Amino acid sequence: MEILYLLIPLSVVLVLLIVGVFGWAINNGQLDDLEREGGRILEDETAVVDGDQARSPQQP
Amino acid sequence: MASVSQPAGPVYEDGVVRAFALAAVLWGVVGMLVGVICAAQLAWPELNLGIPFLSYGRLRPLHTNAVIFAFGGCTLFATAYHVVQRTGQTRLFAPGLAWFTFWGWQLVILLAALSLPMGFTSGKEYAELEWPVDILITLVWVSYAIVFFGTVGTRKIRHIYVANWFFGAFIIAVALLHLVNSAAIPVSLTKSYSAYAGVQDAMVQWWYGHNAVGFFLTAGFLGMMYYYIPKQAGRPVYSYRLSIVHFWALIFTYMWAGPHHLHYTALPDWAQSVGMVFSLVLLAPSWGGMINGIMTLSGAWHKLRDDPILKFLIVSLSFYGMSTFEGPMMSIKTVNALSHYTDWTVGHVHSGALGWVGLISMGCLYHLIPRMFGRVEMYSKRAIELHFWVATIGIVLYIAAMWIAGVMQGLMWRAVNPDGTLVYTFVESVKATYPFYVIRLGGGLLYLGGMLIMGWNVVKTMQVGKAQAVRIPAVVAHA
Repeated sequence: MEILYLLIPLSVVLVLLIVGVFGWAINNGQLDDLEREGGRILEDETAVVDGDQARSPQQP
Repeated sequence: MASVSQPAGPVYEDGVVRAFALAAVLWGVVGMLVGVICAAQLAWPELNLGIPFLSYGRLRPLHTNAVIFAFGGCTLFATAYHVVQRTGQTRLFAPGLAWFTFWGWQLVILLAALSLPMGFTSGKEYAELEWPVDILITLVWVSYAIVFFGTVGTRKIRHIYVANWFFGAFIIAVALLHLVNSAAIPVSLTKSYSAYAGVQDAMVQWWYGHNAVGFFLTAGFLGMMYYYIPKQAGRPVYSYRLSIVHFWALIFTYMWAGPHHLHYTALPDWAQSVGMVFSLVLLAPSWGGMINGIMTLSGAWHKLRDDPILKFLIVSLSFYGMSTFEGPMMSIKTVNALSHYTDWTVGHVHSGALGWVGLISMGCLYHLIPRMFGRVEMYSKRAIELHFWVATIGIVLYIAAMWIAGVMQGLMWRAVNPDGTLVYTFVESVKATYPFYVIRLGGGLLYLGGMLIMGWNVVKTMQVGKAQAVRIPAVVAHA
């Protein structure tokens, strides 16, 4: 199982990398105001339709 | 396609999103059609008509590559490019490079569709394509990463929405998996040998294979789930906090579940047990995410009755929950002793593939495609409803048939007489499976039929809609 000498260090490096990114996310304030951020995608909606195409012709 | 009218001010780069979304529908039809042919060949082997190009061994990798990398892949490209622009309120970084990922990925698909039926294969499951195509995949994938992370880097909203974390992890993990597993020594343009040998090769292959399921078919689609379910339901995800926990828990635990594909093989026992334990641990983050997605509708369950797109999205999560419960159970070694090499595995895979990946992709595409053609809804809402029911009945027929067939095969193979001889020959188990193969074909046909309904609906939507640029809203100042 010499392959583990490749796969285990690879996983360790990956985990360290993930820890690093996680640390960045915390220090960058990414996790500061979570409940507010969940709703943001529903705001600032630009209209995707112009007037004549707003309705679907086959509404049941 | 209608011409794009330009409003004043900066606009989103939606052309490449539109192209990938339409390609996803086309490849979905093709990939599922090949799957139906494979299913028919298992019931009636003469259907290969004696033509080598149509033999099961060559069509099967064509089916898996087409549905995973062509249908699933194009859906992931389309949604990642859409979500990262909308949540960052910024234009796609390097649109030219994004278009390169589109044409490059279509070329990969075309080369797969030619080389696999011709019999060129590296013999590694879900990584069958030969080394020149592997190099092209690498180029496309690095470009994908540059476009995606470039867009994240130039975002106008400070917070990175959770969906982007899932997409980002998926892009990085797949790059790493592809590079390690596809390492090979070429002997000619169409033939190479793996850089690893024997059980080492098997370990790398299933480290890749399982994480391909984990990151290509799960993390990326969870990113879609976290954006399109709230958008379609018109309410924020049940707990945004839980979605963050879900993300970090999932990526910390996923990498080591692979050995459960190699139970009772030459792989050392302890490595098999590690794989089993990690597989069981995975149940927690998976169910956390599933409950979070479904509970988004908490207090608004009536929307599920009226909105067929939400039906797709929520039922896909129920299949996700079922598969992520079934998977850890099947990774327990005593259960695996019964299930391994039987059609139960095939049933499990399709419960995840048809139920989770397929339905969530279709739901998201039904949300996305009309918006790419200046509309809020598809041409026919009733066709979406019909598609949902046809597809769901198809899945149930498929997985129920494979469960029964699989358990039956497992029991027949292990049955021994008092004197120690086997009760059944192998061919008796094949014969007993025949009716279930026919039922499975019926399920597959229904699922393909649903996809054809979707294709018709998409074409009609394109005809009545008009591709037009969407303006990027001015960002309100915030902390």
